[in-house]
Amino acid sequence: MADIALQSAVLGEFRRKRVIALAMPALVLAYLTYVFFAFDVAGLAQRARLDNAATLLSDAISYKVHVTQDNRTDVTSIAIEGSRRMTLPTDETPPWVHREGARTVIDLPQGHRVIYDGPVALYEMPGYGEIRITNTGSAIDLSLPQPGVPDFINASRTRVTVTTEAGRLTVTRSRTETMRYFPGWELFFFDLRSPFHRMTWTAIAETVLWGDRLDPARGNLALMVSNVWNNEIWRHGDVAWAMGETILMAFLGTFGAALVALPLAFLAARNFAPARWLRFVVRRVLDFVRGVDALIFTIVLSRAFGPGPMTGALAILITDTGSFGKLFSEALENVDGKQIEGIRATGARPVQRYRFGVMPQVLPVILSQVLYLFESNTRSATIVGAIVGGGIGLLLTQAIQTTQDWEKVTYYIILIVLMVVALDAVSARVRDRLIKGDGSGR
Amino acid sequence: MTLTPTAPSGTDAIRRDYLALTQRRRLYSGLLLLVFALLMIAGFRTAESRNAGGFIEGLAHLADFPAAILSEAWDKAANLPGHILDALPSLLETLNVAAVATLTGTMGGILLSLLATRGLAPLPALAGVFRRIADVLRAVPEIVVALVLIFLLGAGPVPAAIAIGLHTAGAMGKLFAEVNENIDMKPVEGLASVGARWSQRMALGVVPQVAPNYLSYALLRFEINVRASAILGFVGAGGIGYDLKNAMTFGQGKLDEAAGIFIVLFATIVVLDQLSSLARHRLTQGRA
Repeated sequence: MADIALQSAVLGEFRRKRVIALAMPALVLAYLTYVFFAFDVAGLAQRARLDNAATLLSDAISYKVHVTQDNRTDVTSIAIEGSRRMTLPTDETPPWVHREGARTVIDLPQGHRVIYDGPVALYEMPGYGEIRITNTGSAIDLSLPQPGVPDFINASRTRVTVTTEAGRLTVTRSRTETMRYFPGWELFFFDLRSPFHRMTWTAIAETVLWGDRLDPARGNLALMVSNVWNNEIWRHGDVAWAMGETILMAFLGTFGAALVALPLAFLAARNFAPARWLRFVVRRVLDFVRGVDALIFTIVLSRAFGPGPMTGALAILITDTGSFGKLFSEALENVDGKQIEGIRATGARPVQRYRFGVMPQVLPVILSQVLYLFESNTRSATIVGAIVGGGIGLLLTQAIQTTQDWEKVTYYIILIVLMVVALDAVSARVRDRLIKGDGSGR
Repeated sequence: MTLTPTAPSGTDAIRRDYLALTQRRRLYSGLLLLVFALLMIAGFRTAESRNAGGFIEGLAHLADFPAAILSEAWDKAANLPGHILDALPSLLETLNVAAVATLTGTMGGILLSLLATRGLAPLPALAGVFRRIADVLRAVPEIVVALVLIFLLGAGPVPAAIAIGLHTAGAMGKLFAEVNENIDMKPVEGLASVGARWSQRMALGVVPQVAPNYLSYALLRFEINVRASAILGFVGAGGIGYDLKNAMTFGQGKLDEAAGIFIVLFATIVVLDQLSSLARHRLTQGRA
């Protein structure tokens, strides 16, 4: 009889488990379906900007040079990314642009060629023919070698755009502009003001090693470093400072929080609290601090302290004090009383009991938690920086909001990832050494 | 330390050695502490000098903003229940973002961890590669992915969910790989001996052993993700963070609305904290 009862019990348990095993995925699926409609994922497909993705990808790894003819003054200028700060001086023409009197001839890849000749712009395309665009002053005239307007030409009375793999030509009444694309990041090391920017790498090495001084006031190496550091376009100096600020926020925030939380943890630990009411109060305060989200602290603090790394550090400090207080007090509640007894038996004063009886036990735990949170805080500091306005987070949000400088966005992202990975590695090594090193912790 | 035959005077030598060792260790600790203290002070001064407002002036104004919120909320106390109700739909969105990210991220993390654990991976040669993938996913801050995706997909909850989900997958992949390394391999070998496929070995031999652990981490992660989702809302991904930003940038006149959102956010996090610690306690201590 007992066997039958056992059997039916086991079978019942099996059935129950089978139902759960089937019900769980069904529940998850039902929830995901609900979210699919709640988030309007279907509508997202239409809202998604694939052209943005294309711009982003091509912009992140290449740059364009604009050759622009102002149709009112007939002056032709060459500028990287069409930016004023990156306009080439008039005596410096790249080899693919030929100025022949009033005519300007622009060589594009794949044998394409654009010629500006006063009000007429010619686009010579091998395999298709010569596209002639004339600016009559009141309208833009398009004449094609073959009947029918092909896909790569977008024409209206006021604007004609020819977009090919080789480049892009836009003619409006006020200006005629050709863009040629180049791989890489423009002027990454030296901006146009720097005497180094026209040199090849070997020429730069020669100049630095044994060339004559370009600037009589300082050596060539110092000049080169300062040129890179003060690069007007990439602002390497500012970026380095921003990275430093972000790391500083994480460092000050995490370790400051640990310093604040340690005494609080003693007050909150069952076996060390001097009074029960005090323990209750401290615990509730720590709960409150953990409950108030980092977001709220960040907002309140940035109102009081203004933008900058100090504000970010304080926001991280306060948020983490809550979690550290809880973690440390748990560690303290788990200490072994025997060691403290032993130290007490030698006649140690309370401070000595804490120093030799308690700290060696909890220090490895505490340190590993602090370092673990430091790793995660280097990531948080990026976000906190974006909200309070400091560090690399601010630069990143600014660069994304302009929706122009995708090469800078890519650069910042790479820097952030490298920073996080590097700090991860350092902290993991320190953690290993501190915990597995000598048992005393310090 | 080498053991040398100790003459009666040997204990003195040991004692001397021990004291010297202790002193050296104390010196190192002291130096380390000193360096640390100097770093903290120097860091604080640098941060202070690069901040818009100073620390001391800031302290004086610390209570200003909470006071402004409280006084406005007090003046319009009658509106507060309404504001709390108004905040609930966006709270739901924030919670949904976190839930979807936790669900999908955990599933991705489980898969990544199984592929990255030596001994379990179907392609042991690629275990290191999957480990690196998890590292990179974990290293990229959510805000980076979110901001780029907002540009591509438009503002809304989906970019935030993807960003948080990717990060979760990386973090969970790493954590679970550590858990997987400590499992008992006997059930897996038993299943292999009866000809089970890889997926069957994992589902029947590995997952039952680690499921409580996985679930407990996933719950903890959900709590973290709710906070992250609120923060991402503040930088433009929708949900309660976005509402909060709007109420705050409007400033005076809408601060009671901000107060309502603060209350909702605070209550949500406290409730989640309690629930998840209760559930985790049951998972790890109770019937697992």
